[in-house]
Amino acid sequence: MTLAAHSHAAKPLRKRIADASEPYLYSAPALILIIGVMLVPLVLGISYAFRDIQLLNPFSGGFIGLDHFRALGQDEAFFRALRNTLWWTGASVFLQFLFGLILALLLDKPFAGRGLVQALVFLPWAVPSFLAGLNWAWLFNPVIGPLPHWLYALGLLDAPNNILSDPQLAMWGPIAANVWWGIPFFAITLLAALQAIPRDLYEAASIDGAGPVQRFLSITLPFLAPTIAITILLRTVWISNFADLIVVMTNGGPADRTQIVASYIFTQAFKRLDFGYASAIALVLLVLLLVYSLLIVLLRQTLLNKG
Amino acid sequence: MRSKPILTVLHRLAILAYVVFALFPLFWLLKVSVTPNDLLYSEGVRMWPSRTTFEHYSFVIAHSAFPTFFKNSLIVAGSTAVTVTILASLAGYALSRFNFRAKYWIVALMLITQMFPLVMLVAPIFKMLSPLGLTNSLPGLVLVYTAFNVPFATFLMQSFFDGIPKDLEEAAMIDGATQFVAFRQIILPLTLPGIAATLGFVFTAAWSELLFALMLISGNDASTFPVGLLTFVSKFSVDFGQMMAAGVLALIPACLFFLLIQRYLVQGLTAGAVKG
Repeated sequence: MTLAAHSHAAKPLRKRIADASEPYLYSAPALILIIGVMLVPLVLGISYAFRDIQLLNPFSGGFIGLDHFRALGQDEAFFRALRNTLWWTGASVFLQFLFGLILALLLDKPFAGRGLVQALVFLPWAVPSFLAGLNWAWLFNPVIGPLPHWLYALGLLDAPNNILSDPQLAMWGPIAANVWWGIPFFAITLLAALQAIPRDLYEAASIDGAGPVQRFLSITLPFLAPTIAITILLRTVWISNFADLIVVMTNGGPADRTQIVASYIFTQAFKRLDFGYASAIALVLLVLLLVYSLLIVLLRQTLLNKG
Repeated sequence: MRSKPILTVLHRLAILAYVVFALFPLFWLLKVSVTPNDLLYSEGVRMWPSRTTFEHYSFVIAHSAFPTFFKNSLIVAGSTAVTVTILASLAGYALSRFNFRAKYWIVALMLITQMFPLVMLVAPIFKMLSPLGLTNSLPGLVLVYTAFNVPFATFLMQSFFDGIPKDLEEAAMIDGATQFVAFRQIILPLTLPGIAATLGFVFTAAWSELLFALMLISGNDASTFPVGLLTFVSKFSVDFGQMMAAGVLALIPACLFFLLIQRYLVQGLTAGAVKG
């Protein structure tokens, strides 16, 4: 009791310093770790982009200016990876969102066993990404997987071959795995937003004679719009960087047809051990993502000003 | 509002389609893992083999390095989850309860770490850890995973602390407790569900991480499950039964933790909407 009474009186200097530093003491361990293991490597990585750093070459390490970026300008594989990234991200986000939205709408209706169904349909999200990748690679394998045979029976394939080794179709493999794996994320987020919509709005609308389609378009969609926008934007950035499935399923092949920028960076660092070049590509990717985020912020600003 | 029976039937059918789509790949994994080798090719697309066997499981458990990988992954994911939860509770509490000058910058820093591509860090982290002897070692992996998961976990813990009224620790402090004592003895016990959720999220993330484990680990002794399984796949890509048995084993802890955190998914994902 005396201590407490004391602290409410005029505080001595030592006590005041202790009070002021308290929040910093709580957050210091986390901050030190983030700075040491994320921020410092980030800055180092940016510096590598301008240096010749090859793990197996002891004489490397010198400053080479923009050489990596000149090489990058000539690098066909990089530009293909850039195009593949757009295709991979666009198709994955679109399909995940579409099926995620439908699932969220289905789950929003109460029915017997909803809790169990929710746990089951959200389960893919808990599957480690490497396992999801392997699992789908096996499903596409004509020796042990059913998918090539089914696709052949449906007339979608000329022969029950592995689409992962077909340069024209290979990208659909990781996209299918990614859609399977990512639907729960969209469904969970959208379901949370759906359940926040006041129910009486729907009742009022149906008393006024609005049909289900009209109710969806004029109540559900406007309420969901902010969540949809933010989830799609963040997911786009995340998926464009998500290389696990591709590394596991195709390793970028066949003939670089499934190589995205993130997996290309990883291949350069992991297989070629060319850290300098890998960091240069990473820097370009970072700049592209920054530009994308900036465009989004500007777009939001103009839309807000209009509204 | 009573809906028409035909709509109800369509609704249930659509739900069923989703459940089948979600579970089919996992079912297939299980199916191949119990198919005897001699039936693997002859009964390729059958839904269930005419005979089942557990020989793949017993082989994987008794004669392969997978028990080591499993143990390594448990150590790494477990230590990461515990360390992150401790650090994130402290930092999350500071963000939830204090108003201080650097708060804005700390939040900004943590948000930035969620936005940039982590694959950028593969090379520099390898270069930094290798002179410290932390490559090819489990503590090195724990260090990296802890740092990667702390920002998200901090936001998650902050959202749980925000849900607890401030009066509780104010009352304790009037009774003479310091804020830290109030935090430890009153607030933390109330956040136990939040702590469990954070543990689950981080455990799952660390259990699944692949790229940094591939880069940092090279020997069998320190391999985590993803690295071990991928090495196994690229070396013996015909032992499908064994690979899938190993896959099913890798799935078990992740599914257990998923069941644990299932209830908190929505809160977790909205708190950490910046992360995946």
